[in-house]
Amino acid sequence: MKRRDFIQRSGMGLGALATSGLFMMGNPVSAEQLLEPGIDTAAKKLLADTALNAAKAKGATYTDVRIGRYLSQSVFTREKNVQGISNAETFGVGIRVIANGTWGFSATSDVTPDGIKACAETAVAIAKANSKLQTEPVVLAPEKGHGEVTWNTPIVKNPMEIPVKEKIDLLLKANNAAMDNGAAFVNSAIFMINEQKYFASTDGSYIDQDIHRLYPTFSVTAVNKAAGGFRSRQALSTPMGMGYEYMDGLAKDKIMNPAGFVSYNNSYDIVEDAISAAKQAKEKINAKSVTPGKYDLVLDPDHLGLTIHESVGHPLELDRVLGYEANYAGTSFATLDKWKSGDFKYGSDIVNIFADKTQDYSLGNTGYDDEGVKCKEWDLIKDGVLVNYQAIRDQVAILGGTESNGCAFADSWGSVQFQRMPNVSLRPGTEKYSPADMVKDVEKGIYILGRGSFSIDQQRYNFQFGGTVFYEIKDGEIVGMLEDVAYQSNTQEFWNSCTKICDKDDYRFMGTFNDGKGQPSQSSAVSHGSSTTRFDGVNVINTGRNI
Amino acid sequence: MAILTKEQAKQIIDKVLSYSTADEMEVSIFGGRTGNIRYARNTVNTSGETNEIRLSVNSVYGKKVGSSSTNEMDDASLKKLVARAEEIAKLAPENPEYMPMLGPQTYPDSTTFSPATDKIDPDFRAQVAADSIGITRGDDLTAAGYLEDFSGFVASGNSKGQFNYNTSTSVDFSVTVRTTDGKGSGYAIRDFNDVSLLSSKDVTNIAMQKAQASSTAQAIEPGKYTVILEPTAAGDLLSLLTRGFDARSADEGRSFMSKKGGGTRIGEKLFDERVTITSDPTNTEIPMSPWDGDGLPRQKTTWVENGVVKNLAYSRYWAEKQGVAPLSSAGGRGFGGGGYIFAGGDESIADMIKSTERGILVTRFWYIRAVDPQTLLFTGLTRDGTFYIEDGKIKFPVKNFRFNESPIIMLNNIESMGKPQRVGGSLIPPMKIRDFTFTSLSDAV
Repeated sequence: MKRRDFIQRSGMGLGALATSGLFMMGNPVSAEQLLEPGIDTAAKKLLADTALNAAKAKGATYTDVRIGRYLSQSVFTREKNVQGISNAETFGVGIRVIANGTWGFSATSDVTPDGIKACAETAVAIAKANSKLQTEPVVLAPEKGHGEVTWNTPIVKNPMEIPVKEKIDLLLKANNAAMDNGAAFVNSAIFMINEQKYFASTDGSYIDQDIHRLYPTFSVTAVNKAAGGFRSRQALSTPMGMGYEYMDGLAKDKIMNPAGFVSYNNSYDIVEDAISAAKQAKEKINAKSVTPGKYDLVLDPDHLGLTIHESVGHPLELDRVLGYEANYAGTSFATLDKWKSGDFKYGSDIVNIFADKTQDYSLGNTGYDDEGVKCKEWDLIKDGVLVNYQAIRDQVAILGGTESNGCAFADSWGSVQFQRMPNVSLRPGTEKYSPADMVKDVEKGIYILGRGSFSIDQQRYNFQFGGTVFYEIKDGEIVGMLEDVAYQSNTQEFWNSCTKICDKDDYRFMGTFNDGKGQPSQSSAVSHGSSTTRFDGVNVINTGRNI
Repeated sequence: MAILTKEQAKQIIDKVLSYSTADEMEVSIFGGRTGNIRYARNTVNTSGETNEIRLSVNSVYGKKVGSSSTNEMDDASLKKLVARAEEIAKLAPENPEYMPMLGPQTYPDSTTFSPATDKIDPDFRAQVAADSIGITRGDDLTAAGYLEDFSGFVASGNSKGQFNYNTSTSVDFSVTVRTTDGKGSGYAIRDFNDVSLLSSKDVTNIAMQKAQASSTAQAIEPGKYTVILEPTAAGDLLSLLTRGFDARSADEGRSFMSKKGGGTRIGEKLFDERVTITSDPTNTEIPMSPWDGDGLPRQKTTWVENGVVKNLAYSRYWAEKQGVAPLSSAGGRGFGGGGYIFAGGDESIADMIKSTERGILVTRFWYIRAVDPQTLLFTGLTRDGTFYIEDGKIKFPVKNFRFNESPIIMLNNIESMGKPQRVGGSLIPPMKIRDFTFTSLSDAV
């Protein structure tokens, strides 16, 4: 029985509460404990220096220390019931060293000078043991020390300070609204994360960061028992690097989409969306099944984000390109020779895709990455041409560069940091153009909103994506809902079929809260910004079957 | 010492139970060591080991539940823990689906623990990696692999007198071998409770052969093909089916097990008559924990017999609501994916190839995602060794395919099956299936 199995097991006898255990990332605590301050910065600096000195004494040539307190709260409801509330905390230190040109990592929950010293020594011992099998000594891109600095997610309302009852009331209100509008079942939840991370390294950085993320979501299901059919409609919310203010549902962040209902930008109205969801779930049961063929696709940002994530974000992770993920996530079609050629057309001329960890409200927004590199923005695809990857300090030399992109991340103090995806976003079009204008210009197309089934091969060539809701476009007008829609394409072909991008007024985020990578698997969160975008002549299949 | 004996665990649990003032309380202790080593590009890149012991309590007032946990085992910490859980419970909303705790139960014997796996240390892990890398270095091949091992225990007891204790071990090893020109890729994976059954060298050899044999892949048209699924590939799809053996979602009308007009499809013939799916907690090839998530003893269960659905799992809550006896899922390792035994046949993969006029041999599937939960339609791709068969022989490697297929349709299109082998905690046969739907080609290697 592994740790995750135990967490599930410890929910024994608690019925549906066991579900919440699956999302618990740490040890259960009370909601009040989530508001207690952790140890102060001065104490963390002393502990960090203990690690730096202990590792150096054993022969490490580089050391970084991450003292982390990771807090999470999740609230789950189903119809009229609260299924579970989980408050969790985990606190410890992870120490990474280079000795004999080889990485070593060790972590402990014993955050005392003795515990940290022993942990640092273990990290050096592991590095030395592994150096016997090492064939490529680690070369780190230089990074100037930043001294003592702090960075906090710019939140308005700390989600941990909002009473649990208020969260429950809101979710149950959304559930009731959905049930009143014809839903048979509703599951809803809010997930909240607070990472209190302290980083120190032998480069002379002492970085204290307080990071928040929030994710409200639901799934509404309509059932036709007599005919034996059911359909679900997921929330059109997205996880954000924001505080509880995301739940305010401000009018300025509501967008009437071309299908005639409200989409959301940086503020979400869960009750309103639950009503739309119930109506659409019912409509989906009897919606027209799509005729397979070539269509022009109009993709809403809440859908396109996942396509960007899978077909641009992952293939441009340098560790995949180099083969470090070969046994799990896979490698990449975007090989170094394509990048070196300087003319690899990833997409059409209007496709400009950039990476960053600096956009406000995004999940990747951080001052410094988990190896002390100041976060920034850079281009991945410029005018359709592949120009760069996502790299961390020990990879930059391979690209002939001298500066890390700042993409190192570890999902806990107990996990070793490695290259993770930053925000990867599509730049908006430069001329004034709205989603309504876009629909008007399409003769035979499908307008897709929300994420659905997604699958892509291990080198990121061939993909198939579904969505949450689909609308048929005929001669510039939306004529009705479609079902059984999925599009299949090849990454390069797809991005080269991109013909139009709406302007910056339509630019919105779609995020993923739990992106998995690595062995043992680690989770990270990233956002993808885009405006509604058109792709021409994409192959659409019908996924309906009879059993 | 991360593993407590049964007596040590019972003593601590009884002590913690004595601190309770709640209506009901349950105490669980988990302890164990998880270790891993990961390598890529023929060299080790990470390895580590975590030791952990943790005690959790669930305190209950009426239908209000509070949980708390700690890794400090002194009396003062444990008393504080109980007080905190009780405080949380008092403030919690009622859970209308809460079921009172169980009294004493009788559990089947467990064979989940292996002393050999318990003895694994960092040197052993390094050797597993070295044995694997050793045969790929210098042969225009690169290996990337991962070993994860676990040894530990879980014990729990409640205020109604129930107590259970189990030790278990597990080891998972997988390796991908690629040709250095990037044109060939092979994969093999094994899982055991007992590490002495694992040879990383043998497993790597299989991956290596597949990498070399697949390096000149040709494109052929997608469409409906007869496929021969190796046990890993068959297991990738069958585990998606068994996850749906749940009565509640079927009764609620939102499962492929839902009957038109209401109720479940128990009693309906849903598959080819050669399909029989059982689970047996005493099976020594796939040992499992003697109890399920509800704390009930696992039972030998027939899920599907000769193609007819015989049973679906009922949680204690749902069983009471429907007026039937609770029935645990097969409940192997992880999230309910394992523990199922698929009756196979007596054909070897070589026999299956010999009798195939035109077909595809599949090593594994990848990135499988649900497309339609009503029909259990999934999409995904072949990976790491896909071969074209003609006139009873493997002719050449082919480029990978995307499939759109439902395991329900697949289990109605069986040509033949072989001897089941352990895959992800279940016993899965190699299978020959006709009319398997490949919808597009992928250039991925």
